[in-house]
Amino acid sequence: MSEAARNRLTKGLTDLAFLILAAAIVYFALRWMTAGVEAMIDPVTPGRGESWPLWAQIAQLVYLVLASVLTIGVLSVLVFFRVPNMRDAILVPATSIALAIIVTALVIMAIGESPLQATQVMVRGAVGSGYGWGYTLFYATNFIFTGLAVAVAFHAKMFNIGGEGQAAIGGLGVAIVCLSVPWPHWSLALLAATLGAAAFGAAWAAIPAYLQAKRGSHIVITTIMFNFIASALLVYLLVNVFRVPGSMAPETARFAEPTHLPSAYDIAPWLGFRRSTPLNVSFLVAIAACVGVWLLIWKSRLGYEIRAFGHSQTGAVYAGIHPVRIIMLAMLISGGLSGMMALNAVMGEAERLVLDPVQGAGFVGIAVALMGRSHPVGVFLAALLFGMLYQGGAELEFEMPAISREMLLVIQALVILFTGALDNMVREPIERLFLRLRKGA
Amino acid sequence: MDLSTVILLLDSSVRLATPLLLACLAGLFSERAGIIDIGLEGKLLIAAFFSASAAAYTGNVWLGLLAGVAASMVFAGLHGLASITFRGNQLISGVAINFLAAGMTVVIGESWFALGGRTPQLEGAGRFHNITLPFAEAAQGVPFIGPIYHDLISGHSILVYVGFLMVPLTWWVLFRTRFGLRLRAVGENPAAVDTAGVSVVGMRFTAVLIAGVLCGIAGAYLATGLSAGFVKDMSAGRGFIALAALIFSKWRPWYALMACLLFGLLDATGSLFQNIQVAGISVPVQFMQALPYILTVVILAGFVGKAIPPKAGGTPYVKEQ
Repeated sequence: MSEAARNRLTKGLTDLAFLILAAAIVYFALRWMTAGVEAMIDPVTPGRGESWPLWAQIAQLVYLVLASVLTIGVLSVLVFFRVPNMRDAILVPATSIALAIIVTALVIMAIGESPLQATQVMVRGAVGSGYGWGYTLFYATNFIFTGLAVAVAFHAKMFNIGGEGQAAIGGLGVAIVCLSVPWPHWSLALLAATLGAAAFGAAWAAIPAYLQAKRGSHIVITTIMFNFIASALLVYLLVNVFRVPGSMAPETARFAEPTHLPSAYDIAPWLGFRRSTPLNVSFLVAIAACVGVWLLIWKSRLGYEIRAFGHSQTGAVYAGIHPVRIIMLAMLISGGLSGMMALNAVMGEAERLVLDPVQGAGFVGIAVALMGRSHPVGVFLAALLFGMLYQGGAELEFEMPAISREMLLVIQALVILFTGALDNMVREPIERLFLRLRKGA
Repeated sequence: MDLSTVILLLDSSVRLATPLLLACLAGLFSERAGIIDIGLEGKLLIAAFFSASAAAYTGNVWLGLLAGVAASMVFAGLHGLASITFRGNQLISGVAINFLAAGMTVVIGESWFALGGRTPQLEGAGRFHNITLPFAEAAQGVPFIGPIYHDLISGHSILVYVGFLMVPLTWWVLFRTRFGLRLRAVGENPAAVDTAGVSVVGMRFTAVLIAGVLCGIAGAYLATGLSAGFVKDMSAGRGFIALAALIFSKWRPWYALMACLLFGLLDATGSLFQNIQVAGISVPVQFMQALPYILTVVILAGFVGKAIPPKAGGTPYVKEQ
């Protein structure tokens, strides 16, 4: 082993040790704080029609701010001393998310509920049981696909808002593949449906991409327009073409039994999944897609060209990179990934194409990509978090009817706002702080 | 089609075009100043909600209008904070504003009224009622002109007339005043404006807040004029159609009027007639709904006259050191 390799290994191991130490400190400190606040506010939990005393609400807010400061503080120390180049990848998103959480808590307080209890209900609902995990990972699968789609386009400095439409048209591809051929086995059907979903999703992204590349039409506007066109097209096709004769429901026939994708219950019932769990093998396809996107963006020539183009268009042109080719390819890949979301939602869960099969997942992809810094690992983690939010949100609506499901949209908006639009507000103070610390050190 | 059907159709088009027109002019002010606004939809929605809530609470529609405009201006201010002060991505900020409005309106609405995201039905002074213009009753008997004046021009809510008057006003402000010249210059070449000693940040914030006011009126009209209360997601993509109309009109006020009337007509046709026969072929209603978006893509593609946006649109201005 060469000396350099040995040094790298030592540094890696020390970093890991510090990381575990920091995680342990944060974990136990947070547990201690949470238990304290819980013990404080539990006796005053209001009954029906009553409201929280003001001091309990303020106590929770103070707790939340202290917990954020503690977590971010420990993270800052870790990042500053061990991995200063990870500042933008770890510290900035963590701070943005803490801000989003605090504002969400304020909203929950404003409607008279306890943010701490709401969080507990959500966490328990999302990851407290096999049932919860089944839904959390099912939603996460959708968000991985749409998040990767937005991320790939981001690398070419393009904003693909069209995930919603591309996924819906991808669903059309899945339905056509599943309904037109009598598949002997689900694996063959999955393979063909993947191709169908990706091809249809890519085709729907192709026109905006071509117009951007060749005519300079703003891709954001055209993809928004294509979302609406896709939804009108889908309604038309489901009502007039694919509807089962004699049925009133605007949906296709149920796919044949052999195309049924094995669910988590079929594969691993001992993990506590229920028979009704929507989680299915397309989760594995999503993980494969993460690996694929990582290889594409960081290990392939095309990925290098996409990143170079995204960094500086003029520079890329001088380096012999053809803009039309990059715009087209990046958008086709992006559209294809969006379309593949339909594997999970259409083939895996509904097993037929219904009106609005996407349910806003295309837009969640924007938040996921921003939060995950357009990196597959980040996208995976952000998708998981949003999966928990969606499943936890469903439970929340059940247990705390005062908080409606649309709270998820608020959280999503705040994440997009703080990690995307207000990025500079978070980044610049952190940069200044690091500069000052470095001068002092 | 006889005259009364045509008038019915056009009357409905005018009503449906009004919120589009106000939102479109809002986008016009913002984008002419170089701030792309895809958050029109969200501002419409939040204004609709707060105007309906305030009108339901106070029983006074004018207070409702005020609340709607204020809410829309808060969101416009947020957009300004993100895209002007912190030089963030204007598109992402717009997306966030749309979701924030979609979520907030239902979360707050449930908490206040517990009616499944609705506000209470507005009655009496809680709504904008149709006003009859002078001589409308007397002129009704006059052939051709009478019904047009009585049924088409008269008999709308005050906000419809406000919306239509906004078109010449916008044109005058943008193209005939010093303020308008500076506003347009900020959207084309902010550095030049800065050199002339005019605050780019100030101009852009003013434009964004004007957009907030106009979206506020549009939203208030949706909830208190066009219908009698707020319903979840009641803007139903109108903000995006207004955005489409803005591109369709190539960022010019009079063309914006034409584009909004056209899109209003499409909307009215789609809801009045379920089946439209054009040259023997039946046109599906979904096609009519998608037509504004298709037309916008065609215009954007530049095959039918090129739509060139303000040059500095979408780029934050960084002052020279």
